[in-house]
Amino acid sequence: MRFAQLLRRDLALLLRGAQGRGGATLPVLFFVAVTMLFPFAVGSDARLLARTGAGVVWIAALLAAILPLDRLVEPDLEAGLFDQWALRGIAEETVLAARILAHWLSFGPPLMLATLAAAALLGLDAAQLAAVELGLLAGTPGLAAIGVTIAALTAGLRGGAALGGLLVLPLAVPLLVFGAGSLQPGGEGGLALCAAASLAALAIAPFAGGAALRALRE
Amino acid sequence: MPVCHLAAHDLACRRGDRVLFAGLSLALGPGEALHLAGPNGVGKSSLIRLLAGLLRPFAGTVERTGAVALLDERPALDLPMPLGRALGFWRRFDRADEAAFERAVEAVALGDLLDVPVRYLSTGQRKRAALARVMLTGAPVWLLDEPLNGLDTASTAAVESLVAAHCGNGGVAVIASHQPFALDRMTRLEISRFEPAEAV
Repeated sequence: MRFAQLLRRDLALLLRGAQGRGGATLPVLFFVAVTMLFPFAVGSDARLLARTGAGVVWIAALLAAILPLDRLVEPDLEAGLFDQWALRGIAEETVLAARILAHWLSFGPPLMLATLAAAALLGLDAAQLAAVELGLLAGTPGLAAIGVTIAALTAGLRGGAALGGLLVLPLAVPLLVFGAGSLQPGGEGGLALCAAASLAALAIAPFAGGAALRALRE
Repeated sequence: MPVCHLAAHDLACRRGDRVLFAGLSLALGPGEALHLAGPNGVGKSSLIRLLAGLLRPFAGTVERTGAVALLDERPALDLPMPLGRALGFWRRFDRADEAAFERAVEAVALGDLLDVPVRYLSTGQRKRAALARVMLTGAPVWLLDEPLNGLDTASTAAVESLVAAHCGNGGVAVIASHQPFALDRMTRLEISRFEPAEAV
């Protein structure tokens, strides 16, 4: 009940965008822009694009996931909302679990939709598109979990947003390696490993982030 | 009003290397109010957070019976949302009904501003909105940290009468304020009395 209320509030804030800092559309536009620029940079050789395009989609997705990082935890911490939830006996872990789900809903599915456009721009065939979409489905929840954890860890720090982006990248390497690896011929195992890495991140994230938020109180 | 009680025994608070106060005890029963007084930096806000359970005491214990509502310098309302929606979130979260919402908004005279995003509200208006949020909790124990900051004379009187009504209904209120707070039968606690003689 309260989890659903938290989720609804988080979604409303993340989708609309807070304080004019873009909503869910900004990461998607960024994602499409990156995939659109890639053919300009490497040339329009269809074979090259088809071979590398799926990897570009992954890189673009990773960068797009970093964009909303500073809006995930910091504003609520500043406004004192976490203290209010703590007074009501709502664990930080519960709040962060709702936040991860809301964050994923606001960037995962939109990104997978935008991948359709990206696939057309990069000349991916149907099989490649399906592999990328499956990989994103497996990998983006993990990206959301890592993003929220890092946002909680860097909340309250000056320049936390820039630092957060830097910290997410190495943590996202397993997702990227397995996710993009699943695109190679015979790489179905990569998909499973990507999903496993994603699940591990999801399992750890609320607890790591919750501990970080509690440590800030002292 | 549910039964409520707030007590602290031999409480000490340390921030960084400094012990702000030590050996502080207090006990409040239904209908009682306490004014925490003292100059800036003496530990009023820290004591409020200790009583709320958000800080761990350096020594001593805090006992609470009944839910706690906290008002501090942060409104805990979503800045981009219209005031009505931001307060509405807490109304649903704290399972208050529409009538309680009407009463709270009426009491802090913000009925005309429900469509205005919270970030456009002034300091005093945000403070009043946060007080409406406190009322919506229905909690018997109110911990108010500088509730009069940024308020004009009329709002100050309104807040004082709200707290008086709360205590009249059997609630407990702790008010940390460097300003005078007019309330009948309120005890006053000078935190500086509990300052340790020398740095520990």
